[in-house]
Amino acid sequence: MSDNLRGKERLDRQIIALRVAKEFQDGDVVNLGIGIPMLASNFVPAGREVVFHSENGVLGFGEVTLPGEGDLDIVNAGGQTVRPQPGMCFFGHDESFAIVRGGHLDISVMGAYQVSEKGDLANYMVPEREVGTIGGAMDLAQGARRLIIAMNHTTKEGEPRIVKKCSYLLTAPECVDLIVTDIAVIEVTDRGLVLKEVAPGWTPEEVQSMTEPTLIVDPECHDIELM
Amino acid sequence: MPINKIVASFDEAVADIEDGAVIMVGGFGTVVSTPSCLLEAVYRKGAKNLTTVSNSSGFGADIWRMQGAPFPEDMDILVRNERIKKAIVSAPVSALYVNNFEKLLRAGKVDIEMVPQGTLAERVRAAKAGLGGVYIPTGIGTVVEEGKEKKVIDGREYLLELPIKADFALIHAHKGDRWGNLVYRGTSRTFNPTMAGAARVTIAEVDEIVELGELDPECIVTPGVYVDRVVERPKVAPAQEGEITDTQALESTRRFREEVEAVKRTKERGGAQ
Repeated sequence: MSDNLRGKERLDRQIIALRVAKEFQDGDVVNLGIGIPMLASNFVPAGREVVFHSENGVLGFGEVTLPGEGDLDIVNAGGQTVRPQPGMCFFGHDESFAIVRGGHLDISVMGAYQVSEKGDLANYMVPEREVGTIGGAMDLAQGARRLIIAMNHTTKEGEPRIVKKCSYLLTAPECVDLIVTDIAVIEVTDRGLVLKEVAPGWTPEEVQSMTEPTLIVDPECHDIELM
Repeated sequence: MPINKIVASFDEAVADIEDGAVIMVGGFGTVVSTPSCLLEAVYRKGAKNLTTVSNSSGFGADIWRMQGAPFPEDMDILVRNERIKKAIVSAPVSALYVNNFEKLLRAGKVDIEMVPQGTLAERVRAAKAGLGGVYIPTGIGTVVEEGKEKKVIDGREYLLELPIKADFALIHAHKGDRWGNLVYRGTSRTFNPTMAGAARVTIAEVDEIVELGELDPECIVTPGVYVDRVVERPKVAPAQEGEITDTQALESTRRFREEVEAVKRTKERGGAQ
């Protein structure tokens, strides 16, 4: 990656989350991972009713409460208190993962360390640390009908996170459907990775230069639509 | 004679948990979902070389005290006091800081079997339901599949996952009666009803014991048949704001933040997100 790209402006976490939320369809049951994914709950497109699922046994909760305002017995998987709303229900852990594995979850959104060109996901362990947490990641990655990854396109050092083959331990093989990064939106298809959208001011060539596998540039490739 | 599973004290409830026992501990990660008083009692009893089955390894009482939790102990009380020989766990370490479990793991003082969360729930449920195992798709193509029988069913690959049985299950519920019927509160249900009945002896720590008949039969989550002992938490006044600003809590907040920053710096160097 050239130095002039390194300093080039990218989308921030909120905007990535906003772009992810545009994928939510009316009536979808959606699980949001910790970090950027959770922010997406703030950007559900107007007029669409989305039911949020959390591994710790809740469906249909509202937004994260202000600090100190919530009920500690009503939290999301990140332990943040969330607002109860009509229709919400609670259940035990076996039920929670029956929902995940049984095909009842429309969308799972997660962060990642690496995604391969085949859609393999690595997001539970960095080799430097030698220990990680699987948690619900493996179940969600292979159980959700559609898996969206929200992440930065490169590491802090500028190394691609979208790679030919993951060097980190896999969370699940061939599970990712869509990658939303701070510079691009990429779809994982049988033909390979298709570049669908680029951040404003970025060209497909620039995105390619920061991506290890070869991208297929969609003929309709356009700027990320944020509104 | 009337059935009465109510036990007078936490110490009495755990009196037969011996060294080397396999114990399941309910909850998710938040202390309010955890059987805090039972964990404290197991610690006081001195049981060691335990095999534990739990979702997380705990965050430690300091952090929960800081939030004003009246019962702040979690799995960390057994971790930091080195009572665990082996942990069967889904979320052992934190992405934010180095917890006590990670320190023990690095020092080679504890064995670990890391299990995907849904697989942990289903293996526990299998023990409770008397199943010989379950075929689960989670973990195919990852380290989780190592050494496990694979089976293709209806064109899809599954792993044979075996039941996890325990000597004791320690769980936390909101209300219970003398038959052991239980209801929970909000997201503090998690692994508690899943583990009820999966061990030889299930011990429920409840916020409140109620009269038989008071729990709506339509709403009872755990039928009393799964529960052997019920013990009530002492009544406490809700935490006052003043308690949260106590010097010790502030000090632990500072240490926690420092550790978070340290890990962030390490991760930045390591290239993780």
